[in-house]
Amino acid sequence: MEILVCVKRVPDTAENEISVNSSGSDIERGDLVYSVNEWDNYAVEEAIQIRDKVGGSVTVVSVGDAESEEVLRREMAMGADKGILLSDDAFTGSDGKGLATILKSEIIKGKYDLVFTGAQADDGAGQIGGMLAAMLDWPYASLVNRIELLDDKKIKIGREIAGGNQEINEIDLPCVLSIQTGINEPRYVGIRGIRKVASVEIPVHGASELGVNSASVGKASAKISKVDYFVPALGKGAELLEGSIEEKVEKLIELLKSKGGIK
Amino acid sequence: MADRKIFIGGEFLISDVLPEDVFIPEDISREHKMVYESAVAFVKKEIIPNIERIEEKKESFARSLIKKTGELGLNGIDIPVEYGGEGMDKISTCLVTEAMGAGASFAVTHSSHTGIGTLPIVFFGTEDQKKKYLPKLASGELIAAYCLTESSAGSDALNSQSTAVLSSDGKNYILNGEKIFITNGAWADVFIIYAKVDGDKFTGFIVERGFTGISSGAEEKKLGIKGSSTTPVILKDCVVPAENVLFEIGQGHKIAFNVLNIGRLKLGASVVGPSKVAISEAAKYANMREQFGRKISSFGMIKNKLADMSIMTYMAESLAYRTAAAIDDRLGVLDEKGKKDGAENAKAIEEYAVECSIAKVFGSECLDFCVDELVQIFGGNGYITEYPAERMYRDSRINRIFEGTNEVNRLLIPGTVVKRGLQNRLPVMNALAKLESEMKTDSAGSFKHDESPLSLQEHMVKICKKIHLMTCGAAVTKLLSNIAEEQEVMAMLADMIIMIYAMESGLLRARKMLDSKGEQKAEYHIAAVKVYINDVIPKIASRAKQVFAFVEAGETLYQKYETIDRLASYMPINTIPMRRIIAEKIIKTQRYPY
Repeated sequence: MEILVCVKRVPDTAENEISVNSSGSDIERGDLVYSVNEWDNYAVEEAIQIRDKVGGSVTVVSVGDAESEEVLRREMAMGADKGILLSDDAFTGSDGKGLATILKSEIIKGKYDLVFTGAQADDGAGQIGGMLAAMLDWPYASLVNRIELLDDKKIKIGREIAGGNQEINEIDLPCVLSIQTGINEPRYVGIRGIRKVASVEIPVHGASELGVNSASVGKASAKISKVDYFVPALGKGAELLEGSIEEKVEKLIELLKSKGGIK
Repeated sequence: MADRKIFIGGEFLISDVLPEDVFIPEDISREHKMVYESAVAFVKKEIIPNIERIEEKKESFARSLIKKTGELGLNGIDIPVEYGGEGMDKISTCLVTEAMGAGASFAVTHSSHTGIGTLPIVFFGTEDQKKKYLPKLASGELIAAYCLTESSAGSDALNSQSTAVLSSDGKNYILNGEKIFITNGAWADVFIIYAKVDGDKFTGFIVERGFTGISSGAEEKKLGIKGSSTTPVILKDCVVPAENVLFEIGQGHKIAFNVLNIGRLKLGASVVGPSKVAISEAAKYANMREQFGRKISSFGMIKNKLADMSIMTYMAESLAYRTAAAIDDRLGVLDEKGKKDGAENAKAIEEYAVECSIAKVFGSECLDFCVDELVQIFGGNGYITEYPAERMYRDSRINRIFEGTNEVNRLLIPGTVVKRGLQNRLPVMNALAKLESEMKTDSAGSFKHDESPLSLQEHMVKICKKIHLMTCGAAVTKLLSNIAEEQEVMAMLADMIIMIYAMESGLLRARKMLDSKGEQKAEYHIAAVKVYINDVIPKIASRAKQVFAFVEAGETLYQKYETIDRLASYMPINTIPMRRIIAEKIIKTQRYPY
């Protein structure tokens, strides 16, 4: 199985206090710590597990600047076989469609059976998977939390739907899947993996190598632009329970009963 | 290896060191960064959420964690690849140790296993011993412990009462004695144990839990690191095969002292982790806690504390990694045979015994300072077990005691400098002669101001080295071989040496950042160094005067005071705004600002 996983370098929400900058046009990026988007880690883990079961290879790809190389290398240390960085000044400021256009150009250069994205990115809009599938004219499933291999033509996937219910689908290969957290437990990056990939060259493909028309990507072609950022005002409805743990538990039970949460 | 000049141990006291000749934490390679992040991720996911469980001190849980660190390769950083380890450099060792250092009691379990428990075999084991033990120590299948201390052999480590007698058939040594305060004592499978053969030959042995006659005593009830095992280890006619002698009969002190060198450096790195955690926890709390209708982080005295915690940690971090890289550089120039020879490795590390001791003393005192201020910022809540400050305060305290008390290390620091000076291994005499001729021409204190934001600090570091040299020279001349007996003098010389290494390590780091990133990006580095140097100059001068007061009198003493005052004449700078800018960054990001 040849699998490609799209990964992204994002501000680490566990490490940063995210605040909006003074003009409201973006978040404050001066002191941010970045890491790989959490959902993407699950996608890479799933790809590695499939490869280890049936053979093939896992390629990780990212659209970004030179610093995105570090997330590719991290995922390779985790076990991906190959990394490709898609980087070009012309790509800066792309919207979801622009990013999907860039990724598609790389995907059609290979012979992939499966393309994974994370269900969404910490700083994204959850568009890439669906757009990619449409551009590739491949079937697509979102929020995938279970994958079962049937044969080399078809796989069975589980999707999380409203109310925590499960839906099972069969889907033809090749296809695009957006992977939900919880599908697996992503492994840690071990020292041996790091030593293996520390000096591996990661190819960088720009607009010309990909055959991407610079006018179709980047800020100029973007049809979606962010116009405002703000922190919503705190609403009412939150209640802090006070007292000892026993008293808090008592009050909580009463509250849940009165709201019909428990009987 | 980077193209750095290799300095000999202690040379920083008598030579000028350039920024390009030191490694700074910002120089870490891609690989180093990934190694650090790997260890940090493990601590965040497996240790921090389980701290309460770790504090219960259950063997099965500790074992499962050591297995996991083994799977990740975090046990084998210092073990060569051919014995199942990762064979990485000392910078990596320090990065992993720093990251694990944030892991409370488990940090101690892990570092005793990978450090003093494993390294004696790495450095001094035979081929067969390495093949037998190292792969399993790396994987975490076996846990190691290091048994040196006895009730009458603490700081006086060689005063061991444990005995080893060769059996009549010559096949086994029979060990008797009792070791105390053994970390991992109840859990370890392999013990490095020292005992005296024929009553006087201090010797190391590798003892397995399964050998006849070894047992662990009851768990000690401790002030801190309660989740680590600490027990006596009792040897009662313990039968140890002769092939388990470690290194040579009567050469145990070489193992003990060499392993302690790297152990001290590792401790210096391990305290940087929790110091950073303390800063982060302090900032979070100060941002949350309101008094007088304001967040307490908006008060100047709280800002001052946050800044000082970070400045101390900055120096501890700078000097630990500088030392690690110096050792790597020296190991890097060994020939192929030397690189594979553990004893040669240990010798190269011993070159930096002074710097390793400094890392231990400065680092452990830095962490104690940070956790003390952490408790203070938490106020009443800092005293309550439910909050993290209380545990961190207790856990920190052991660092000033184990791996050689800070007092023993304070004797070793000037003791080693003086000894090497007298042997001319460190050219202190030449430096003294040069300083004396400079003093005659009155050029020793002259300072030419230039535009660099750190030129005054560079000048003052040189001056402090001169003050130390002159003080140390006078103490040795007057006290001769009695100097070691005058412990108060030794401690003052040690303090001077420690502050000089810290100020210079910080300065070179800030200078390197300034040269590579420009003044704006190096702003916080420059501020830290200016504040620290401003604060330690009077301390260095005062200690120098105290030493002179002890060894000189009358007119000579008066002249010496004048010389010191002239050399150390320094217009104090306004440090309040500098501390504030550092604090503002900490308050905004809620973490260590470098």
